[in-house]
Order: sequence, then C-alpha cells, then structure tokens
Amino acid sequence: MNKFKKFVQLVGLFFLFALPFLYLLFFYFQPLFATFEMAFQATVIEKISTSWNLIKRPIYFTFWQASLSTILTGIIGFPAAFMLAKFRFWGKSFLRLLITIPFIMPTVVVAAGFNALLGSKGWINLLLQSLFSLDHAPLQIMNTLGAILLAHVFYNSTVFIRVVSGAWSQLDPKLDYAAQSLGSPPWKVWLQITLPLLKPAIFSAIILVFLFNFTSFAVILLLGGPKFSTIEVEIYVQALQLFNLPLAGLLSAIQLLFTLVLSILNMRLTHIKTVQLTPRNPDVIVQPVRGWKQHLFVISMNALLIGLFVLPLLALLFRSVILIETKLVSQEITNYYRFSLIYYQELFLNRRQSLFYVPPVAAILNSLYFGFITVGIALLLGFLAARIISIRNFLGKILDPVLMLPLGTSAVTLGLGFVLVFNKPPLEVNTFPLLIPVAHSLVAIPFVVRILQPALLSFPKELIFASQTMGASSWRSFWRIEFPIISRAFISAALFAFTISMGEFGATTFLARPEYPTIPIAIYRYLSQPGGLNYGQAMAMSTILMIICTLSIYSIEKLKTPVINEF
Amino acid sequence: MQNQLTVKNLFKKYENKPLLAGVSFTVKEGETICLLGRSGSGKSTILRIIAGIEQPESGEVFWNQQNMKDIPVHQRNFGFMFQDYALFPHMNVFENVAFGLRMQNLPAETIREKVDAILRKVKMEQFSHRNVQDLSGGEQQRVALARAFAPEPKLMMLDEPLGALDRTLKEQLMDEIRFILHESNIPAIYVTHDQEEAFTIADRLVLLHDGQVVQDAPPEEIYLYPHSSWVAEFLGLSNLMVGKILSVEPLWVETPLGNLKIERQKVNRLQTGDSVTVLLRPDSLMIDDKEINVFPVKIKDQIYLGDQWKVKMMIGQYDFIFYTSAALKSTNFQHVSLNPKKINIFLDAK
Repeated sequence: MNKFKKFVQLVGLFFLFALPFLYLLFFYFQPLFATFEMAFQATVIEKISTSWNLIKRPIYFTFWQASLSTILTGIIGFPAAFMLAKFRFWGKSFLRLLITIPFIMPTVVVAAGFNALLGSKGWINLLLQSLFSLDHAPLQIMNTLGAILLAHVFYNSTVFIRVVSGAWSQLDPKLDYAAQSLGSPPWKVWLQITLPLLKPAIFSAIILVFLFNFTSFAVILLLGGPKFSTIEVEIYVQALQLFNLPLAGLLSAIQLLFTLVLSILNMRLTHIKTVQLTPRNPDVIVQPVRGWKQHLFVISMNALLIGLFVLPLLALLFRSVILIETKLVSQEITNYYRFSLIYYQELFLNRRQSLFYVPPVAAILNSLYFGFITVGIALLLGFLAARIISIRNFLGKILDPVLMLPLGTSAVTLGLGFVLVFNKPPLEVNTFPLLIPVAHSLVAIPFVVRILQPALLSFPKELIFASQTMGASSWRSFWRIEFPIISRAFISAALFAFTISMGEFGATTFLARPEYPTIPIAIYRYLSQPGGLNYGQAMAMSTILMIICTLSIYSIEKLKTPVINEF
Repeated sequence: MQNQLTVKNLFKKYENKPLLAGVSFTVKEGETICLLGRSGSGKSTILRIIAGIEQPESGEVFWNQQNMKDIPVHQRNFGFMFQDYALFPHMNVFENVAFGLRMQNLPAETIREKVDAILRKVKMEQFSHRNVQDLSGGEQQRVALARAFAPEPKLMMLDEPLGALDRTLKEQLMDEIRFILHESNIPAIYVTHDQEEAFTIADRLVLLHDGQVVQDAPPEEIYLYPHSSWVAEFLGLSNLMVGKILSVEPLWVETPLGNLKIERQKVNRLQTGDSVTVLLRPDSLMIDDKEINVFPVKIKDQIYLGDQWKVKMMIGQYDFIFYTSAALKSTNFQHVSLNPKKINIFLDAK
C-alpha cells in the first residue's frame, strides 16, 4: 500500500515538473513550426524570387534603421556610462532609477510620450505656434525616420549604459594607476588599457541594442507611420492586412535566424567578459566631480539624459490633463489651456462614435484581467522551471536555454504562430481570449525564471533538512520555510510578469478581438484616429499605463532582485 | 649629491576624519624603509600621494630638492607595486613586463633583452608567454615585481605586496624581495601591517599611528627601545602596567606589584612623582639570580616551544607572559626576580 502511494506521488511529481516542457511544446514550438511551414511554402512552393522582391525593402530598411539607431545610442550611451561608472554626484541614485524606467516602459507609452512632446499636437509645436503665431505645426517629426531613431535611442541608451557602465565600474582603477606609474600618459592608458578591457562589454551592448532595434515593432508602427516598414511591421501587414501568411512566415523565419545569430554572438561575448574582470565594489572607483571641465560634463550629461528620459513622459502626463481650446480672438487664433480630467472621464463613456463596442475603461479591466492570469501562469510554470534548472540535472540543462528561446523570438512572430495554429475551436484566436495571457506568459516566463532561480539557488538547503528532522513534510517545509524566505523574489517576479503583460503590444495585435482590447491596443487605435478627443484619450490611457509600470519598476528596484541587470 | 625622497608634513582627511596629520620622513639612496601600522592608518594613502595618484590637503613631496607637486604620475618614474598586483589582464607576462619599457620608446631588441633579464631574476623566464590570469598568486606577485622594476624606477613603492599570499610562500618571497631591493640599490618604501615582514625587509621602520609617525628607527632600536606603550603593544610586548617614579637616581618605580628597580632609560626628563607605563620585557625573567626585584609568583602554565619556554604566570593580581631558556622548577608557587636592564618605562601613562 505504502509502495503504491509512493508511486502515485512520484508520477504526480513527474507530471508537475513536465508541465513547463509541455506548455512550451504546445504553445511555443507548435506555433513556431507552423511559421516555418509557411516559410517553406513561400520559398519552395511559390517562387522565391517573387517573395524576395516583396520583402527586400523591409529587410534593407530594418538593417538601415537598426544600424543608425545603434550608432546614435552609442554616442549618447558611452559618455553616460563613463559618467555613471566614474563619478559620484548629487542625484545619481535618482538618475539610476530613471534609467531603469525605459527598460520596462511599454512601447505604446513611449510612442504616445514622444507624440505628446513632438507630434503636431505636441507641446513643442504648441509652444512654437504660440510664439510665432503660426496656424500650423512647424515641427513635423512624426512619421519620419527621426522619430523612430529618437524613440530607439530613448529605449536602448539605457541598455547600453547599464551594460557598459556595469563593466566599467568593475574595472580596477589600479590598472590605470599601474600603467601611469610605468610611464604611460593618460591618453595611452585609454587606448592600451581601458578600451581593450571594455571591448567585450561595448560589443555586447552594441549587439543587444542592435537586436532590440532590429525587432522593434510598436515604435516603427506608431511613430514611423505607413511609409516605413521593417521586417516586424511587414509580418504584421502581410499577415493581418494582406493575408499573405506564407510570406509573413518567411519573414518570421528570416527574423528568427538573425536574432539567433546575434544572441549566440552576445552569449560568447558575455562569457569572455566574465572571465576578464574580477568583481569589485563600485564605490571604490567613483570619484567626486572636480574642476570646471568635469562639472560641465556631468551637468550637461545629466541635462541630456533627464531631457531624453523625462520630457516625453512628463509631456504625456501634462497632455492628458490639460485641455486646449482654440478660439478666434480678433482675427487671431489663440490657444487657451486649462486643467481638465475630461479625457479620463471619457474613458468611462460608451459613445456611439467610439472606436469600441464597449466603454474604453473596459480595456483597462481587460488588461488587468489578462495581467493577473499571466502572473498566475508565469509564476507557476516559472517556479517549476527554476526548480528543475536549480537541480542541475540533465533536464535542467536542456530547459535552461530552451526557456530563453521565447525571449529571442519577436512578439509578432509569436502572434503569427498563434494565428496559424489556433484556428479551430476550442482553441481559436477569435473566440478564446485567454490565448492573450498565454502569449504574454511565454514572454514573461524567462524573466520569472531569471528572478526565481538565483533566489532558489542561494537558499540554504540545511533549513529544509532542519525542518524535516523536526517532522515537517516536504510540502509543509516549502510552504512554511522556503516560501517566506524567497517570497521577495516571488513578488518581484510577479510584478515583472504583470508589467510585461500590461504593456505587451506585438503579439496582442494578432490576438485581441475588437471587443476585447487591452490598454496598448486601445492606445494604438486612438492614436491612429484623427480628432482631439481621440488624441486626448490616448494620452489619458497612456498615462494610466505609465503610472502602473512606474510603480512596478519602483517596487522591483526596492526589492533589489538582480533581474534588471541580467535580462 | 645623494638621491633622496623627502616627505614633508602631509595632511589628508578621509570621510572628514583626519587620516594623515603631519607625516614626514625621508628615504635615502639604496635604503629600504617600511611604513608599518594597523590597517586604516593611512600607509597606502602616503604611497599614493608620493606616486601622484592622490593629492594631499597640504604638505609636499620632494625628490632631491624638486617639489613633485605638478609632475604627473607618468613622468615621476616612481615604480609602484599594488597589493593585488593589478596585472593587465589582456596582456601576457612578457607584455606586462615590457609595458613600462615600451612607454620609454626603447628599441624592440633592447626591450626583449631587458624583459628576459628581469624575468630570469624573478625566476619567471619560462612563463613569458603565459596569460597572467592563469598564474598562481605567487607567480603573479613575481610578474608584478618584475614589471615594476623593469623601467628602472628612481624609487620603488610596494603596497602590501605579500598581503594576499599564504604563509610559506610569503616567507620565501620575503627573502627574495629583500635581496632584489638591496641588489638594485633603488630606494624603496614598503608598506605592510605585518611586523615580521617589516622586520625582515626594512633597513628602517617608520611606525604610523593616529596619522602621525610615532617612531622612525632601525628595527632593532624600535624593538629594544619602543617610544611609547602603543609601540610596545603594537610589537606584541604586552606585559604593561602603570607606575609612579619614586626616585630618579637610582631609578625606582612604584607599581601594583611593589617597587621596581630599573636601569637608566633612554627616556629623558624623568622626575620624581611622574606617572609612567612600565613594560616588563618578555625576557626579563631571571630564575636563579634572586637579589633584586624579587616577587612571589603563581605559575599558571609552561609551554615548550622548541628553543624556549613560554611561561604564563600571575604576579599579584596580574597576568604576565615571559619567555625563558629553561622551564621553571616549581609548577605552582615560587619566587622570581626581574632583570632591571630589561624593563622599559614610558611617560605616556593616562
């Protein structure tokens, strides 16, 4: 009898830990293979030359904009990384917090922020118009390459700064002194010591930034307008507007290939980096700012970074609460500004001419509902996966890299795969809204694992043994001993998963039905419609999302789990 | 004229607490001095100021008569060896050692000869093309030493160069560093918190405490005539107690044990009634001679150390440790006498 009970327990345990594998197999690999099948159709069954002619422009443009964005990001990021690694100054911790914000801020919010700042109804244009009494917006940056580049720099300079300043602050300043005491002037120290030692980190940052620019979707769609099409946007257009699924599949396959190559390159570089640098306390390296040159550098760098990171978000906030009324006073058009919550109130109304069949606030409720489900799935499967990886057996070694795959797969590819596979009841994209949190959880699980696994590994096993010698079952010792101790990591992981779900745009565009919009989808629809009210509601909705995400980031930073540095 | 480094009146604060409060000393040609003090006593900061890596709040560093204030680090030609070696991780052993010579723009052939010669001296010639990260601690230490010596600096500074090594390796390398320093005739400043290291390497010790030089003398003099009870304690001389001078000529001191006869000291200006700290040196115990300074003692323990005995005993209410050449006969109570020549007194009693 006892033996039977043990057997049942063992089988149960096996299925429990098989769950992450099964989930990935069904919801990730199945759609992925369907995509490959489409790519195969596009290259073999149809003529590859016709396909190539249709896709070569987006491919060229993808590389072009990604390279430009990466160069600009480096130009801003490098001096900023230097400043953060080398100097101690007032407000540094605030700047550090600021730099984490873009990392998780949803693309729709950023797009809306830049729109509120630089768009034709944005603050800068409003200011210029009233200054020079113009009747049209003088600055036309929306729907240009400039807008795309700006948003990419906003996003990725934080990545660049984090990677490079991290490596820089690990660099032993004694190497610098040693070189100087051996007769090397400062500029030679730079060329022969500092740069060669930073090289792996710089390359790694460049690859990461290039990768993010390469797979950028919402920024191109929302800020670039219809003129610009990258591989990602083209997948979306081909699949959802032109219904050319084979071509979309081919683009996805190409996209996947490039991300894979770049990810492998990056992994090799980060490997070199960890060998080369011995970790040390960054506080030893930072110096106070001395002399007018250093002061000028630190002040202007701070101004630039705060301008870049704060202005779009502040512009968004103010644009959502200030109503602008245009009146004709003695042949002159004058704008009147007043504080108003009308855009927020509008979110609760179900107007006839509204874009939705439901009041816009329903989008917020949908997002929250999907967010909580995502957290549930991601925590359960992420915890099981982290457990398997922590045991470090054969299964763990397979699962670890496999789990990271969804991270390298673009959201649009994921969405396309879902559309291709889940087209029959009961699992049908059009009738089964839960596929949205399923897609979100695929993106969130790798992060959850990366947060939970170090916490699980650092947990002293002796505590479990101790509680078991006192008679606690393994379930009770998990629940009463291990969980309370690692709960901080759980909270952090939950917040992360939630924030990802709230902001996810790429996959959701494929999966959301008109009557089940999420916040980002609603913002996108508002932004692509004319009219002041739509614009204002986009601002209000974006502000709500921005506040939710900022609170999450703040809490995650406070919990101090290592994830943000790792991604 | 003789080459000489002069450090004058250095002041430096660290986190608003005074770290150096007027430090002065000199180093002459061919001389090795040791800056000795507890960790946090500012020893390394002094080296960094001399090297030009840090600036003092006030005070100067002179090489011969020249003030070094405005000379940048790379033009001073002062060698520096760091505690954890600071070897360039992206260069091999040869390139590390050649770095300083390359900065002098010497021809490649000369560089090769010089690097080979110095690597031979530190017994690392076999490792020339090794990656420095693959070397053991002792090997890295040797490469760092070779690298600092290669450009033939005017002055050599070593910041706790053996701090990270285990004991056996430390002892072996200590002798080698002493040999190389003396052979090269380059003046050197060696920073350590380890007494044994300091006594082995230094021609002269500069003891630092509370941001000041408390004693600057050759090792033997410091050991025999510590300037203060702090120095005595730092050197591990722990048989200390308070006393009061009863008479100066001959010198009698009243102590909690009873009155002690002491031979004339190097301390000047003694007056009857002065409060003093009395140090019973570890070898002050006389077993057979019982004429003066005789006290009843209670033996607590005797430990055989090979060449001598460590004797723990109580005199009155106080614990003392002495070293003797033979074991005491009784294992419990007996009388011993204290050698008046082996007792120091200091005028720093609180």
